[in-house]
Amino acid sequence: MKKLFLIIAIVFGVSLNAQQTPAPPQSEQIAIIGATIHVGNGEVIENGTIIFTDGKITSIGADLMAPTIGTMINAEGKHVYPGFIAPSKPLGLVEVDAVRASDDQDEIGEMIPHVRSIIAYNAESKVVESMRPNGVLIGQVTPQGGTISGTSSIVQFDAWNWEDAAIKTDDGIHMNWPNFFRRGRWWAGEPRGFRPNENYGKEMDDIKMFFDNSDAYSKAEEKEKNLPFAAMEGLFDGSKRLYIHAHGEKEITDAVTFAKAAGVQHIVIVGGYRAYRIADFLKENNIPVLVNVTHSLPKMEDDDYDLPYKLPKLLVDAGLLVGIQNEEMGNFQARNMGFYAGQAVAQGLDKETGIKMLTGNTAKILGIDDMYGTLEVGKSATLFISEGDAMDMRTNQLTKAYIDGRDVSLETHQTKLWKRYMGKFEREGK
Amino acid sequence: MRLKLLALFLFVGSVSLFAQDYFPINDGVKAKKNNNYMAFTNAKIYVTPTQVINNGTLLIKNGKVVQVGKSVSIPKNAVVEDLEGKSIYPSFIDVFSGFGVEKPKRAPGGGRSAQYEPTREGFYWNDHIMPENNAIGSFKYDAKKASDLRKAGFGAVNANIEDGIARGTGVLVALNDDASEAQRILSDKSAQYFSFEKSVTSPQSYPGSLMGAMALMRQLYYDMDWYSKGNVETNDRSLEALIANKGLTQIYAAGDNGNVLRADKIGDQFGVQYTILGGGDEYQFIDDIKATNAKLILPINFPDAYDVSNPYEAEYIELKDMRHWNMAPSNPKVLADNGVEFTITLHGLKSPKDLKDKLMKAITYGLSKTKALEALTTVPAEILGKTGEIGSLQVGSQANFLITSGEIFDKGTILYENWVQGTKDIIQNKDIKDVRGDYNLALGGSTYSVSLTGSIDKPKAEIKKGDEKLDSKIDYSADWLNLSFTEDKIGSYRWVAHVMDNSGTIKGKAVTPNGDESTATLTLTKAFEEKEDEEKASEAPQLMALTYPNTGYGYASKPKQETILFKNATVWTGESILENTDVLVKGGKISKVGKDLKAGGATVVDATGKHLTAGIIDEHTHIAALSVNEGGHNSSAEVRMADVVDPTHPGIYRDLAGGVTAAQLLHGSANPIGGQSAILRLKWGESAEGLLFDNAPKFIKFALGENVKQSNWGSYSRFPQTRMGVEQVYTDYFQRAKEYDTQKKSGQPFRYDEEMETLAEILNGERFISCHSYVQSEINMMMKVAEKFDFRVNTFTHILEGYKVADKMAEHGVGGGTFSDWWAYKYEVNDAIPYNAAIMHSEGVTVAINSDDAEMSRRLNQEAGKIVKYGGVSEIEAWKMVTLNPAKLLHLDDRVGSIEEGKDADVVLWSDHPLSIYALAEKTLIEGKVYFDREKDKEMREAIKKERNLLIGMMLNEGKKGGPTRTPVQSEKQTFECDTQ
Repeated sequence: MKKLFLIIAIVFGVSLNAQQTPAPPQSEQIAIIGATIHVGNGEVIENGTIIFTDGKITSIGADLMAPTIGTMINAEGKHVYPGFIAPSKPLGLVEVDAVRASDDQDEIGEMIPHVRSIIAYNAESKVVESMRPNGVLIGQVTPQGGTISGTSSIVQFDAWNWEDAAIKTDDGIHMNWPNFFRRGRWWAGEPRGFRPNENYGKEMDDIKMFFDNSDAYSKAEEKEKNLPFAAMEGLFDGSKRLYIHAHGEKEITDAVTFAKAAGVQHIVIVGGYRAYRIADFLKENNIPVLVNVTHSLPKMEDDDYDLPYKLPKLLVDAGLLVGIQNEEMGNFQARNMGFYAGQAVAQGLDKETGIKMLTGNTAKILGIDDMYGTLEVGKSATLFISEGDAMDMRTNQLTKAYIDGRDVSLETHQTKLWKRYMGKFEREGK
Repeated sequence: MRLKLLALFLFVGSVSLFAQDYFPINDGVKAKKNNNYMAFTNAKIYVTPTQVINNGTLLIKNGKVVQVGKSVSIPKNAVVEDLEGKSIYPSFIDVFSGFGVEKPKRAPGGGRSAQYEPTREGFYWNDHIMPENNAIGSFKYDAKKASDLRKAGFGAVNANIEDGIARGTGVLVALNDDASEAQRILSDKSAQYFSFEKSVTSPQSYPGSLMGAMALMRQLYYDMDWYSKGNVETNDRSLEALIANKGLTQIYAAGDNGNVLRADKIGDQFGVQYTILGGGDEYQFIDDIKATNAKLILPINFPDAYDVSNPYEAEYIELKDMRHWNMAPSNPKVLADNGVEFTITLHGLKSPKDLKDKLMKAITYGLSKTKALEALTTVPAEILGKTGEIGSLQVGSQANFLITSGEIFDKGTILYENWVQGTKDIIQNKDIKDVRGDYNLALGGSTYSVSLTGSIDKPKAEIKKGDEKLDSKIDYSADWLNLSFTEDKIGSYRWVAHVMDNSGTIKGKAVTPNGDESTATLTLTKAFEEKEDEEKASEAPQLMALTYPNTGYGYASKPKQETILFKNATVWTGESILENTDVLVKGGKISKVGKDLKAGGATVVDATGKHLTAGIIDEHTHIAALSVNEGGHNSSAEVRMADVVDPTHPGIYRDLAGGVTAAQLLHGSANPIGGQSAILRLKWGESAEGLLFDNAPKFIKFALGENVKQSNWGSYSRFPQTRMGVEQVYTDYFQRAKEYDTQKKSGQPFRYDEEMETLAEILNGERFISCHSYVQSEINMMMKVAEKFDFRVNTFTHILEGYKVADKMAEHGVGGGTFSDWWAYKYEVNDAIPYNAAIMHSEGVTVAINSDDAEMSRRLNQEAGKIVKYGGVSEIEAWKMVTLNPAKLLHLDDRVGSIEEGKDADVVLWSDHPLSIYALAEKTLIEGKVYFDREKDKEMREAIKKERNLLIGMMLNEGKKGGPTRTPVQSEKQTFECDTQ
C-alpha cells in the first residue's frame, strides 16, 4: 500500500509538480521520547516526553512513563519545538513575485478592510510547502498595500484547501500607518532619501474619518450595507485585532494614541524599527510588537550596524511582548523565521526567549494561544523534531513535523528536484 | 592650422573695439569719439592681488588701462576723480556661468520603449556628444542679470550651454551694457565644456550611467583620433568640431570630489588636462584631488544648517551631512593650503548677492584674502588664457575694475562702482553724504526729535514728539532727503531738503497739515555711532575632525599594518580545521600557523574558544557602486565598474562587520554583455582607487534570462527579446571581436574600439566572464558559444538551475557562484532549489555562495551554513564556498581565501563556529590591518552620538542667530541588486 502511494507520488507528483498530499488525521497516539523539549513559553524540558492523541497534547514532562500503545519516537539528543509561526505574510497569495498572474496580494483601494485574504489563500502553493521542512507550520496570511490593506486569516500549512487550512478566519485588519518622513520620489527627480511628508496630517485625518465613520455606522439602527465600514466592527468589539505597520517613534506614538482613542480593543505594532525608543509608552499601553526582521539593513548610516539584529532584544529587555516577522522580505524567506530569532539570540537574548518570539509570544499576539504556540496539555500537537538547534541553520534539520497531530510531509517540490537530479547523476555514474 | 585661425579671430575681435569706425552712421555726426582720459587718483590699487599700490593713480582711455602707478602723469584731457581713502580692484570673472544662454528644453515624448538610435544625422552616433554647439549661437545679452552680476563685483563671465556630455564651446562676455556685441564678446569660443550628464534634448538611451558616460568620453577621443587621420569617409560635424576645439581650455563639469577624480582620469589617458568644476567637498579626498594637478572651478554654496529643532526630524540627517555643513566652508582654505589652484564660481549659489557672505565665511574659516581675490581675478583669467586682458589692471588690460570703500571682503566695505570696459556702473553713490544721527526739528511751534539710523544710502527714520512715536516715512536719494510724519488728530507733516554738506544742520522746506509752507531745519543733537556687531567675526569656528571616509563610522586615521599573534584559536585552513592553534600575522601576511608560537613583539589576541578563518569573499556584490547597469546598449563591454566605486558607501563597513574582506563588484544584468567588474578589498577609508584589489585579474559580467530579455518591464524595442536572440548577440559580438583582433594583430590601421578590445581580451584568455544565469537551456547555450570561440566561461553566477547541468559544467570547467536558498521571485527561478550548491559541488564544480544583496553580503557565513543543512555538504567544504572557492573563481587563491603561511593576512576572528547563526565577527583584517574591531565599533558609536549632539547644538545656535536653515532630509546611498535600473 505504501509502495503504491510512492509510485503514485512519483508518477503524479513529479509529472504534475503538485504539492505534497496533506497528511490524514492522527489515527493513533504518538509519543516523542527523550527529547529536549522547548515548550514555547520560555521553559525547556530536558530528556522530556510529549504524548499526543487526536491532534491534542495529552501529556508532557520529564518523568513520564513510556506509553505502551501507539507510535513511539525516540528523539534522544534531538529537539522538539512548537511549530514556528510566520505572521504578517502574503503566503499563498502570491506564488512568483514577477509573474503578475500569480499575484493576489494587493487589491485596489486605500481603505479596504472588507477584502479578505483567506478566500484567495492557495493551500497548494509550492512556496507554502517549502516552509514545513524548516519548522514553519503556521502563518498569518496578510493582504498588502494601501492604507488599510484588508483582513488577514491564520492558517496551518498542510491543507487541501483554504477552509481546511484556516485556524482563525478574519483575525485582524492590517493598516499601514503613513510616514511623517517619506522617501524621495526619485523617478520624479527628487533625491532618494527620506524627506518630510507634507501630507502626513491629511493622511492621518483620512484614517481618523474612516474609523469615526465605521464607528458611527456600527451604531446606526437602520443600515444600508457599507462593506468597508461593516468590516471594521470587529475592531471595536474586540473580535478582531488591529495590526498597525509603523516604524518611527512619532508614527507609532500617533498610531497607538489614535487607535486607543478610536476604541480599538487589540492593537499590535508590526515593524517597530524605532519602537525601542518608546518602549515605556508601549508597555504602559500594553501594546505588543511583531518586530522587524533581524536580517535587514540599518535604515540610517549612523545606526549601529547590528541594530536590526538586536531590535528584538531591546524590546524584550524593555518588558514588551514580542514576536518576530519578516514582512519586508519575499514570501519564500519565511522559511528562515527560525534564523531571524537565532540572529537575535546571537545578540545576547536568551535562547528560549528566541523560541518564544516564534511560537508562544506570536500565538498570544495573534490570539491563537488557546490552541497553538506552546506545548501544553490540551493544546494542538503542532510541533516538530529537529536534529539540533532549530534557530541555527547549521543544525536545523527536521526529522518530523506534526500539525494538529497529523504527520506532515517534509518533502517539497525542491526536495523532489534534488533527489531527481542526484538520481540522474548516480544513474549515469557521474 | 586651427590655432592660426583662432589667433586671426582674436586679432579681428580685439580690433573690433574700434572697428565700428568703418560702419556708416546716419543718426548724427560721426566725429564724436571720446578720446579723453579718466584718472582715478589717491586710491589703493590692486593691480593684481599681490601687486598693490597705495595712493596710486589709474589712468584709462577707450576702455583700457593706459597707466597705473604711484606717479602717473595725468594728461590734460583727463577727467580726474579723487579716490582718497578708497580702493580699486580688478572686477571679478566667473568661468562657469549660464549667463545669457538659454537652458535647452527637455525633449518631448519618451514612450515605454527606450530609444536606442540617435535623433540626429551627420553628427556623432551619440546625441549626447555635441561639441559642435557654441554658446554664442544662442547667446542673448541679459542686461538685468548683468546688472546683478556687476553688483556682486563681476566684470566678465564665461557662459556655456549646460547640457550634454560634450557641450561645445563657451562665450566670454564683458558685462558692459553700453557696448555692442562686437565689443563685449571677448571670445566666442572661450573654452570647451564636458560633463557626465546626458543631454535633456535627446531620449537616446546610451549612456544610462556614470560609467557609460565615462566610456563614451574615452571612445569619443579614440574616434576623434581615427577621424582626424582621415579614416572615415563620411562627415561627422561633431568630431570635426571636437578636433577644431582641441586648442581651447577644456573644462569638465564634474560636480563632486569623486567626479573630479573621474574626469581627471579620463584626461590623463588622452593627454588632456581639464580644468574641473568641483562640488565643494574636495577637502574629503584632498590628497587625491591634489594629485590631479587640475585647476578647479569651485562653487561656494556652503550648505545651510538643518533645522534640527524637532528631534524626530533631526534623526533623518546623517552625521556626514551635519559634518559637511560644518566643514564645507573650510574647503577653499584646505585646497589653498594644499597648493591646489582654483577659481571661485557663482555656480550653485541662489543669487550673485550671496557671493560676499559665502566668501567672508570661507575667509573666516581660514582662506586668505589674497587667495580669495586671486580666485576671482587672476586665476580665472589664466584659466581662460586671458591674463593681461582681464583679471588685473596692468597696462593694456581692459578697464574692468571696482571702486570700494575699503578692503573688498570686509563686512562693512561698500562697493561703489563697477567699471566694465571703461563703462561706469554706480552700485552705490560714493559721494553720498552721511545724514545719520539724532536731530531736532522745530516746526509749527513744536520740536520733534528725529533719529536717522541704518545704512548710509538707505537710512531709517524714527520721529518722536516727546515720548510719542509718530508714523513716519523717509526717502533719501541723490542728496534729497524727504521726511513725512503723522501726528494724531492733527495730520501729516512733510519736509524736504537738499543736503548740502555734513555740517550738522539740514535746512529744508516744511508743509504742515493745513498746507502752510515754511522753512524748517534739522539740527544735530548727537552724531551717529555704528553699533558693535554682536557676532564677532574673528571668532574661529569649531571644525569637526575629518575621518576616513568622512562618514559616521569613518576612522580617525587609516588603519596601519600590525603584527598580531592569535593564540589558541580554532583555525580553518584551506582543507582542515585545527584546534588550539596559533596564527602569527606579520608584514601583512600570514607569517606562521602552528602551536605555541612565540609572540616576539606581536600584539597577542587570546582566541581561546574562538575561530580564526580567512576573510569572506563575496564573489557577487553591488555595494559601494554609484551605478550598476549600463543598459543603453545590449552590450556595454566598454564600461568599467572600477570607474564608479564609491568608497564612502556604508555597505563596506557593514560587510567588514560580517567578516567580508573582498568582493567582486559586478555590473548588473540589464544586458547580455555587461560591464567590466571591479574586485575590491574592503579597505574602509581608502579612496575609490585604493579599494581596488591590486593586480587582480580582469573580469566582465554577462547575463542571461529574463533581465536581458527585459521580460519584467515594459520595454519591447531592444534585441534580444528571447533566449534565442541572446545566443545571437553573443555570436555576433564574438565574431566581430575575433575579426577586430585579427585586424589589430595584422598591423593594419584599425579604429580603436573599447568594446571590441574588451571582448578580444576574453577570446585571448586575458579576461574572464562571470555570467548571470538561471535556466539550464541558457547555461548550456553559453558554454557552447564559448566553446565555439575556443574559450571557457569562468563563472556562472545566480546559476540556480546549475544542478541540472552540473556534469556539463564540470566538463566545461566553469565554476558556480550561487545563492543558498533564493527562489520564487520570478518565473525563471521556479526550479531553483537550496540543494543546488550541494549537487554542483558533488559533481565537481567549484561552488561559491554569494550575495547580490547588501543585506545578505554581511552574513554570508550563515548562508554557507545553509549549505550544510541543504544537501549535507561537509562543514569545511561549505566554508570554502565563501572563502577559498570564490578566491579560486577570481584567480586570487594564491593570495587570499584560506589561512596558509605566506598568504595575505585577510582574516576574521569569530566569536563562535563561523557557520553558526551565533557567530559574530570580532576582528576583520586585510593585509594585516584591522579594518573592523567590535570593541572599536562600540567606541565609534559613542563618538557618533557625541558628535551628532555637538553639531545639533551648533545648528540650533545658528538658527537662533537667525542664520538660514533648511528642512532635514536624508541623503541615502542607493543599494543595488543585479536588476536595479
